[in-house]
Amino acid sequence: MLIAALRKELLLQWRSRAQFMAVFVFGAAALLLFSFAVGPVAEMLRQFSAGFLWLGLLLSSTLTLAESFHAEMENRALEGLLLLPANPRALYYGKAIANWLQLTLLGIALVPVMVILYDAGTTRVGSLIVVIALGTAGLSAPGTLYAAMTAQVRSKQTLLPLLLFPLIVPALLASVKATSLIILGDPMNQSSAWIILLVAFDAIYWSLCGLLFGRVVEE
Amino acid sequence: MATSADVDAKNLARRYGRRWALADVSFTLAGGAVLMVAGPNGSGKSTLLRTLSTAVRPDGGSARIGGFDVVREREDVRKLVALLSHASYLYDSLTAKQNLAVVADHLGRSRANIDALLDRVALGRRADDTVATFSAGMRKRLSFARVLLQEPRVAMLDEPYGQLDPEGFVLVEDVVRELKAGGTTVIIATHQLARASAIADEAMLLEAGRVAWRGKASEVPQR
Repeated sequence: MLIAALRKELLLQWRSRAQFMAVFVFGAAALLLFSFAVGPVAEMLRQFSAGFLWLGLLLSSTLTLAESFHAEMENRALEGLLLLPANPRALYYGKAIANWLQLTLLGIALVPVMVILYDAGTTRVGSLIVVIALGTAGLSAPGTLYAAMTAQVRSKQTLLPLLLFPLIVPALLASVKATSLIILGDPMNQSSAWIILLVAFDAIYWSLCGLLFGRVVEE
Repeated sequence: MATSADVDAKNLARRYGRRWALADVSFTLAGGAVLMVAGPNGSGKSTLLRTLSTAVRPDGGSARIGGFDVVREREDVRKLVALLSHASYLYDSLTAKQNLAVVADHLGRSRANIDALLDRVALGRRADDTVATFSAGMRKRLSFARVLLQEPRVAMLDEPYGQLDPEGFVLVEDVVRELKAGGTTVIIATHQLARASAIADEAMLLEAGRVAWRGKASEVPQR
């Protein structure tokens, strides 16, 4: 059932792949605007690069997450799947994994933009990708749940960030810290502690949100 | 497949806010029978079908489908029922074939008969076109194929004639006869009394969420 749900999600994402480009441009524009706030001080830009990368990713993620339920609500397709009956948990994990993959891809695509704008290169590319994957997992699990909750609300673009941002503060903080240590240097090997914390929060988000999704989408 | 009573509703009630869409509906329907449900707009036809198919929960009374309670044994009911709803349950960005493949995958069924089903509803030539390019009638036909793919024990068809052309009307009637011949219980909510009474065994008229008349389809009042 999970494979069927994931296959459907990936197919829907592939069909709306032009939207990914738009979200990437939005994220890159956000990174550019943040750089103006700091000014042309190379050291400062480098110092704040991790925080700005995750802020750009966070803002872009709300667009991706809100859009992920648009197709489900258009012709009440989600209700149609639930009546088949499809397992709500499988539907949730299918969508959350698809959102996670998309956000990870977006995060990786924004790294070169960050490197160019903030002069924030690193040789630990593998570690950076792992942190982006873990951090976006922390965004996509609760983000998918809240996107389902707000999908039928008229002001969903406002409501989704209002609900999501406070919840993901611990994961966001751990992601920024770990990314910052990877970029600026980590002589005391502190990044592994932040990564472990991130894994712990991801485990909590993914298990709790999977349990709650059925209650959110069923009347 | 046919049983003594596939559908058994007792004092079924459902409200939206303060308004009771279904006030007190009781009826039984034998396995393999075709029931036509008619009534003016807002009489509770769609709500009845949505409640029986577990799309919404009743606020009063109870109902059993194939012996399973629509509230407590919702998953079991859903395995038996297919609902043709006002909403098409389709993904606009996917093709007709992909939409049916999504259903087949979630049901754990083979995709092998999807082409045959699309031919059955006269959409074989548009199988690889996205649903976004379909007319309302074509969407209805595809929704019909979706119901057939489910191979339900109880099929609930809400306004099956809506948006269809005269050929579509014939398709609906042929499909209902096929379902009936296969032992499927069918409930049709419609305003097309003359057409539906020709294929239905029994009829029920709803008025303000209550059963106003129940009898043979051939004897249904035409007003």
